[in-house]
Amino acid sequence: MDALILSRIQFGLTIAFHYIFPPMSIGLSVLLVIMEGMYLKTKNEIYQQMTHFWVKIFGLIFALGVATGIVMEFEFGTNWATYSRYVGDVFGSALAAEGIFAFFMESGFLAILLFGWNRVKPGVHFLSTIFVSFGAHFSAVWIVVANSWQQTPAGHHVVGTGVYERAEIVDFWRMVFNPSSIDRLSHTLCGAWQAGAFLVLSVSAYYLLRKRHLDFARRSFKIALIIAAVSSILQLATGHYSAIVVEKHQPVKLAAFEAHYPASESAPYHLFGIVNEKEERVDYGIAIPGLLSFLLHFDADAPVTGLKAFPPDKRPPVAVVFQTYHFMVIIGTGLIALSWLGLFLWWRKKLLNYRWLLFVFVLSVLGPQLANQLGWFSAEIGRQPFIVYNLLRTSEGISKAVNANQVVTSLILFGIIYLLLLALFIYLMNEKIQHGPVDSDFVKEVQRA
Amino acid sequence: MNIVFDLNTVSFVLVGLLFTGYAVLDGFDLGVGALHLFTKTDEQRRLMLNAIGPVWDGNEVWLVTGGGALFAAFPRVYATVFSGFYMAFMIFLFGLIFRAVAIEFRSKEPMKWWRNLWDISFSVSSIVSSFVLGVALGNIIRGIPLDADGEYIGTFWTLINPYAILVGITTVALFSMHGAIYVVMKTEGPLHEKIRGWVNKTIIFFIVCYISTTMITLIYIPHMIIYFREYPILFGIPFINMVAIANIPREIIHRNNFRAFLSSCAAMMALMTIFGIGIFPNLVHSLPLAENSLTIYNAASSPKTLSIILTIAVIGVPVVLAYTVSVYWIFRGKVKLDASSY
Ligand code: HDD
Ligand code: HEM
Ligand code: HEM
Repeated sequence: MDALILSRIQFGLTIAFHYIFPPMSIGLSVLLVIMEGMYLKTKNEIYQQMTHFWVKIFGLIFALGVATGIVMEFEFGTNWATYSRYVGDVFGSALAAEGIFAFFMESGFLAILLFGWNRVKPGVHFLSTIFVSFGAHFSAVWIVVANSWQQTPAGHHVVGTGVYERAEIVDFWRMVFNPSSIDRLSHTLCGAWQAGAFLVLSVSAYYLLRKRHLDFARRSFKIALIIAAVSSILQLATGHYSAIVVEKHQPVKLAAFEAHYPASESAPYHLFGIVNEKEERVDYGIAIPGLLSFLLHFDADAPVTGLKAFPPDKRPPVAVVFQTYHFMVIIGTGLIALSWLGLFLWWRKKLLNYRWLLFVFVLSVLGPQLANQLGWFSAEIGRQPFIVYNLLRTSEGISKAVNANQVVTSLILFGIIYLLLLALFIYLMNEKIQHGPVDSDFVKEVQRA
Repeated sequence: MNIVFDLNTVSFVLVGLLFTGYAVLDGFDLGVGALHLFTKTDEQRRLMLNAIGPVWDGNEVWLVTGGGALFAAFPRVYATVFSGFYMAFMIFLFGLIFRAVAIEFRSKEPMKWWRNLWDISFSVSSIVSSFVLGVALGNIIRGIPLDADGEYIGTFWTLINPYAILVGITTVALFSMHGAIYVVMKTEGPLHEKIRGWVNKTIIFFIVCYISTTMITLIYIPHMIIYFREYPILFGIPFINMVAIANIPREIIHRNNFRAFLSSCAAMMALMTIFGIGIFPNLVHSLPLAENSLTIYNAASSPKTLSIILTIAVIGVPVVLAYTVSVYWIFRGKVKLDASSY
């Protein structure tokens, strides 16, 4: 294998691993704000206990997010040097802005959130929680802006030749608000809220099944259920808008999502299927004729540009993105169904009678996790063979100073270390969950100490 | 050789400031890590960790932001250095990963083997990260082989030269000194007395390294002193540096621990300034072909982008300083272990 393939695998692995944690912290931070807010408002100690428990979980998730995020910050330089020279002028400012505006805010207030219980007044502590949440959301903003620019470049021009060729900013705000930023950002954030909400649902459902910490579990469950239901619906809406943007600005990607080959005709929507890339069709699938055209243009007969309209060397790997994309949508639909069914039964006060449903909720934490990963895989693999859409090929973006042996070594090390971290993370999460929320005496001790 | 304060120079200063912030702040928590294994009891080790507990993550953000600013302002440097130093940099990153998780994981289980395991990884990774950082710095000072396109053409072993190793050791010594003073400032009781005894040793260790590095630099690396020859007033900075270092033992004896720490910070800022003036206007000196060097002009982004970055900095940096000061203020005073501690 050459350095290119290895670097791609390494980048995919490290970012996918990083992306296990940020969505949970972004989502959980919203829940923390709500719980602590409820405590300040009602002075009911159960909310304080909830805040304390989830803050501990948050701390653990956050630490892994930080440890893996540092790698990402430098991996553009280590493995994608040519790309870095090419995009630095445009892309670097977003990354620098992320550091200055988001990470500092997050890490500073996190210190108060974790360790400041008895150092600042409750109101100030609450404010810190809010700022941590803001910071977490801002980190998503800048990095998604940078990534969206790679998908739908705007506000730049290309200058220089040879090794000096690069994109330069002409209009900063057009770069920031490039055609896909807003839709992708809102979609990503909804995915993060789902990740946080379903995490809380899962742990609470587990307690409910085990009949432990019942009051704690019921209240956590309720708050999370509302957020899960709302963000799941929003996820469908924002995903839909993303698809429209993709069709407009990256038609070949959308065609690949749907394995829509004909150069230009009305397109069906496949519920599932297996792509036959050789014969250029979908086998064993169930397709609803005209549905894709309808979703994109409100007209079942509207033509959609297909893969045949593009030369093969500009098409992404169709079979992979078809599956990742469809699984994301299937999971998304499932999460809507699950959360609204839960809400309905909760409202009828019957939910706790359905043990199997609680059991599904315990497993549901995996849903958003998988869908988040699959979504990025679709978006990023769907952009191939370009690293910056239509401007720079991935094969040209690589570091020339790095050879395959070096990347193999680092890739193996990342593989081992990340596996170890994942195992420890799951082990420690499980410990914390088994240990459960501490009773309020302990909380008082923290306050007094 | 006139210094012009154009956009590129100002950006150079900005990136330098961010990395200086990193050295001064993360420097002490890396140093605490380097000394960690010398403390023996669980309680002392917890005190060490909790002394940096609320701040180490924020300290590391200076590195992240410095990296981002370097990427934005001087993308060719970002690309060349990180791809050129590939393996060295990976070791550094693995070090930072282990440090971060060791701090978080250690307190989660009471078993002795568990805690020892994370104590070792915390300490070793702190030393390794500091050392690699120093080696990288040493190579930047000495120069690395670049081709006409500004690509690194050496190997991993090119980076392992005596000068760079010396700078690496000096960095570990500097951070240990800085970390020891920080712990003295943040603790009381037996741990405090113990570390107080170490400060002088770390200072001596540092001064020995520092003098050797300086001598070698003066003799073998002439390009580092061009500006100092040109503008003798700049010798004021090494002078400040020495005064600051000499002041540390004095303050320690008088138990003015906070002032000792400030002196140490001042010494580090002076060192970074010397480094900055030394390499200016290059960012990466090319050896042997100096004409291939990456400078603040040929490696920079467009003026438009530089001014965007400066705008971001003008808005952001004061806010960041405000956060930083508030956090240090809120967590001022001696560390006490409580239920929310590591
Ligand atoms: C700001 C930039 C950025 C951001 C936010 C992301 N990526 Fe990305 N990704 C890249 C920038 C990038 C890249 C540097 O542009 C890569 C490297 C090779 C390539 O073609 O694009 C890439 C490749 C890449 C690949 C390999 C694709 C291939 O080589 O076929 C995968 C699987 C992912 N990414 C997955 C993700 C995930 C799970 C993310 C969620 C956080 C993510 N990316 C965010
Ligand atoms: C390649 C792209 C990415 C880079 C370079 C990157 C960089 C980083 C860095 C350096 C950190 C540590 C900051 C610290 O020390 O406090 C971090 C943490 C974080 N990142 Fe990323 N990141 C990337 C992708 C993403 C994405 C796509 C998101 C969200 C949509 C995200 C959200 C976060 C959040 C919320 C944190 C805080 C830690 C946590 O909450 O787990 N990052 N990232
Ligand atoms: C419910 C139906 C859904 C639809 C129609 C949908 C649609 C889309 C589309 C079209 C993209 C590609 C955007 C691009 O390439 O620029 C995308 C990406 C993505 N999706 Fe979904 N999605 C759905 C559900 C979900 C769910 C449930 C999650 C996670 C909880 C999720 C997470 C993501 C992520 C993280 C990305 C990559 C970021 C981005 O490009 O916006 N999606 N989605």
